[in-house]
Amino acid sequence: MELAPVVDLVRDAVTGFLQSLGLPAFVIDMVLALISASLIAGFMAVLALAFVWVERKVSAHIQNRLGPMRVGWHGVLQTLADALKLLQKEDIRPAAADRWIWWWAPAVSFIAVFAAFIAVPFGEGLVVRDFNIGVIYIVAITTFGVISMLMAGWGSNNKYSLLGGFRSAAQVVSYEVPMILAILSVVMVAGSLSMMSIVQAQEGTMLGFIPNWFIFRHFPFGLIAFIVFMIAGTAETNRTPFDLPEAESELVAGFATEYSGMKYAMFYLAEYSAMYVMAAMGTVLFLGGWHGPFLPSWLWFAAKTVLLVCVLIWFRWTFPRLRVDQLMELSWKFLIPVAFINLLAVGLWSVL
Amino acid sequence: MDISSYSAVPIFLGFGVLFVAFNYFLNSLVTRNVAEPQKYDSYECGEVPEGSAQIQYNVRYFIFALIFVLFDVEVIFIIPWAVVYKDLGMFAFVEMVLFLLILILGLVYAWRKGVLHWFTRPVEH
Repeated sequence: MELAPVVDLVRDAVTGFLQSLGLPAFVIDMVLALISASLIAGFMAVLALAFVWVERKVSAHIQNRLGPMRVGWHGVLQTLADALKLLQKEDIRPAAADRWIWWWAPAVSFIAVFAAFIAVPFGEGLVVRDFNIGVIYIVAITTFGVISMLMAGWGSNNKYSLLGGFRSAAQVVSYEVPMILAILSVVMVAGSLSMMSIVQAQEGTMLGFIPNWFIFRHFPFGLIAFIVFMIAGTAETNRTPFDLPEAESELVAGFATEYSGMKYAMFYLAEYSAMYVMAAMGTVLFLGGWHGPFLPSWLWFAAKTVLLVCVLIWFRWTFPRLRVDQLMELSWKFLIPVAFINLLAVGLWSVL
Repeated sequence: MDISSYSAVPIFLGFGVLFVAFNYFLNSLVTRNVAEPQKYDSYECGEVPEGSAQIQYNVRYFIFALIFVLFDVEVIFIIPWAVVYKDLGMFAFVEMVLFLLILILGLVYAWRKGVLHWFTRPVEH
């Protein structure tokens, strides 16, 4: 069953009710945005809880373990219990820390990802706001995450945190360029930056059976763009094999060393939500968004994003961590040239 | 699509701040703070922390940030090109090949200069 008509119905009902109270249009607009903001916040929390559990289960099974089994069926409530535990933890602020920068860092990291959800199309017609520059908006606002890590690193006044913050900044900044270039090769074919239009451009099939997704188009250049995007996306979200900012074996927890309680939980929430946003971007740009046969659009979108998140988890337990010089050289000496050539190749293909 | 659709962005930002503040508040309600002087030291593997961490850092990070700014500004020029690419055809392609060649030339220059190499020298005491 499609969700978009239900959402429209609710929106119309709320709008009608507010109009009957005689409120001006911009207030109604604000109330609707607030309702969607609270829905998205709830969605994010559930998402992060679910993905932490999925990650633990998948990693456990990759290593031939069982993972969490005690709390609930196969440990489904384990992360909820962990969150409750974090809620009770004492909030310790190191005496040397820069108070305000330290306080704001988890907030910025959460808000950066939270605001990115505005432009994510969860299904046909299921988007908070369909910006005409949606793709660039998401890329731009998730990059604020790097500022939060620099803030956490500098504000904690801890050597591990500082190193983690700098590494994170250098890494995210380096992988930004290949990611945007990979995105642009899709934008070039779709001719739009809006998430909705990009998905609509991928409707239908080629030769009758291959879905018209960008990953299959201009073979092999669509596939190359997807691979570049996934590598850069893994680095952007600071996931293994690119998790140098929080490398637990050398930097304790990197930028999160001095955080405890809810502040630490905010970083965690932001990290897993950022993973989802990255997967959603990959789905929209390369995997045809909500398109697919038989099932409703939101279910297809959810299935594809969960699949991409599982790929990210799979990366984590397959590849060893890179060294910092290897990390930089992979981006500047390999991914950026490949992305440039790929962009030109897609351009040449569309012209001919 | 007019500019008013962006009104959701400040509302989301504000809601995010409130959400985080509410979580911090919940945390402060439930927790119990036991003051203990060592607890507020910076973590340094259990040792007494040595000096401040807000110090000068490796210039490498800055150089990478500098190259990034160059590339990112150039990417901004590519974005509008990519959006209208289909309508312009061969002309846009040739123009962009020239532009990208200059860009790649910059990358090659930085590469040859050894800027992209993250070298580490042994520490001299």
